[in-house]
Amino acid sequence: MSLIRLEPRGQASKTMVYVTPLLAVALTLLSGFILFMAMGFDPLKALYSFFVAPVTSVRGVGELVVKATPLTLCAVGLAIGFRANVWNIGAEGQLTLGAIAGGGLALAFYGEGGWWLLPLMVIGGAIGGAAWAAVPAFLRLRFNASEILTSLMLNYVALLLLSYLVHGPYRDPDGFAFPESRLFEADATLPILWAGTRVHLGALFALAAVAGGWLLIARTFIGFQIKVIGLTPAAAGYAGFDQKRIVWLTLLLSGALAGIAGMGEVAGPIGQITASISPGYGYTAIIVAFLGRLHPVGILLAALLMALSFIGGEAAQIAMGLPKAITGVFQGMLLFFLLASDVLIRYRVRFGARRAAA
Amino acid sequence: MNDLALIGPILAAMFAAATPLLFAALGELVVEKSGVLNLGVEGMMLVGAVCGFAVTVRTGSPITGFVVAALAGAATASLFAVLTLFLLANQVATGLALTLFGVGLSALIGQGFVGIPLEGLPKLHIPGLTDLPVVGQALFGQDIMVYLAVAAVPLVHLFLYRTRAGLVLRAVGENHTAAHALGYKVLRIRFFAVLFGGAMAGLGGAFLSMDYTPMWAENMTSGRGWIALALVVFATWKPVRAMLGAWLFGGVTILQLHVQGLGIDVPSQLLSMLPYLATVLVLVLISRDVARIRLNAPACLGKLFHPDA
Repeated sequence: MSLIRLEPRGQASKTMVYVTPLLAVALTLLSGFILFMAMGFDPLKALYSFFVAPVTSVRGVGELVVKATPLTLCAVGLAIGFRANVWNIGAEGQLTLGAIAGGGLALAFYGEGGWWLLPLMVIGGAIGGAAWAAVPAFLRLRFNASEILTSLMLNYVALLLLSYLVHGPYRDPDGFAFPESRLFEADATLPILWAGTRVHLGALFALAAVAGGWLLIARTFIGFQIKVIGLTPAAAGYAGFDQKRIVWLTLLLSGALAGIAGMGEVAGPIGQITASISPGYGYTAIIVAFLGRLHPVGILLAALLMALSFIGGEAAQIAMGLPKAITGVFQGMLLFFLLASDVLIRYRVRFGARRAAA
Repeated sequence: MNDLALIGPILAAMFAAATPLLFAALGELVVEKSGVLNLGVEGMMLVGAVCGFAVTVRTGSPITGFVVAALAGAATASLFAVLTLFLLANQVATGLALTLFGVGLSALIGQGFVGIPLEGLPKLHIPGLTDLPVVGQALFGQDIMVYLAVAAVPLVHLFLYRTRAGLVLRAVGENHTAAHALGYKVLRIRFFAVLFGGAMAGLGGAFLSMDYTPMWAENMTSGRGWIALALVVFATWKPVRAMLGAWLFGGVTILQLHVQGLGIDVPSQLLSMLPYLATVLVLVLISRDVARIRLNAPACLGKLFHPDA
């Protein structure tokens, strides 16, 4: 007889659904405290410079929005797939392809752009990302190959493709040997929404994705089908839901959103195509999706929090000489704690010996 | 004549390139046989790689380095085990978390170790055998870890198919409810299987950082943990086939280097895609046969088990 037992709840706890993310954040902060102490830093000062100081200025809040934009776009798409048990782990590659395709249009029409160029780039980015996501979709449906592994492998292929392009065809002809493209012209750059910051039009795309994602999940028959397929695939089969169509739809949609995110990075804060356009947004978006409970509005909040971990990592590096890698540790820990505390949704923790069966 | 002289070094390089994959894939194979899908191989390899490297730099003893790498891999795996086995977290999500965490943690630990060279392990030299033309160097001139990885193949096979413990482990992976009813401790067995997988992944990672390219760089496994996962599917959960698969991938990796060396004018990035594209291709070829996968995959793979439920 163990002293601590888990007792299944009759019904999943609605309260815990909202409490556990907060609990996970609290536990992550506590672990951060201990971690900083172990590394020989003043823990309070370190936590402050990591999580608070970066957002005490307008510029800082702007950076928060800039970083939350691609995370939200990627995570909304991933979450819709995750709901249907479609495990797209390839957002990083799809984001990269969006940058390659969308940004490639900026280079192709260099010097001859117009008002139409930006909309064209958005479409190009979406198609680039969706095309990259179509590969795992096709391979899963036609050949039964796990989309987890194929989409992940394509992340590495996409990064190598980007590296090839910026060393070759995309390289600035007037530049030196640097592996980067020309700077985009004004016609190919997303307008700034908030003077004094780098917040660009992409932030509105992210909000639109949140609204659209919510509508799709909560208000459409397709959203209902996604839920049923995710919860009870057998029932979905009996109901005659076309599971293939859902796999296609969720993968293409998340690919397109990630592609728009990638296009938004090169046409927004970066302003050109370089060999590194993402500090791992596509991977962090997986955490964002879970932390946001696979719900678009939750995702928006979670994306802001994870964006904070990115800028906090940079700030703490500059202010206190903390290694930047600590960002990844925080992100991983947060997801661990969330997954661990999720047990409280479906189970009660009981202490002491088992009571007589009711 | 010239071509023949190339075969020896190519074979030797192939076996070395296959070794980290073989360690990691064998470990994951045992984990999956027990019914658990741990997608965190990449993270565990990285933690093993950095811990083994750091300890070797500090102590000067590669043996200590490898032992610590295995322990570090197992410790990382224990996080996954606690979450998925005792707190019933989703295995796919937890495995991903383990990789993300491992990437960050290894980079953090490795901070002070970037750019430090290490000697690597000594190559064996058996008079007569190692000097054999063509195959001598490849078969008899590797270092000890390459042979350990190969030796692990029959050991894992014998354990799984010729011992009682192996039978129980497979039973737990095939039908945890029945195994539980027979009185076997499902969670305890899976826990140790996951630890073993972590230790093997740690060794594979340490082979990379201490021996194959003896240095530490962030993210240096560059997807090998994921390829190892694909290898387990390719092997249809059979150790000997995992070895053949690892050699195949070692071959693709080396081929890519040699094409570059031969001066064929293909951009290096496109050649570097080959191992990843090969993984996708192999997955497609093997997964196509749904019946075969169904027949071989442990029936409870990835399913949660709660003894009180």
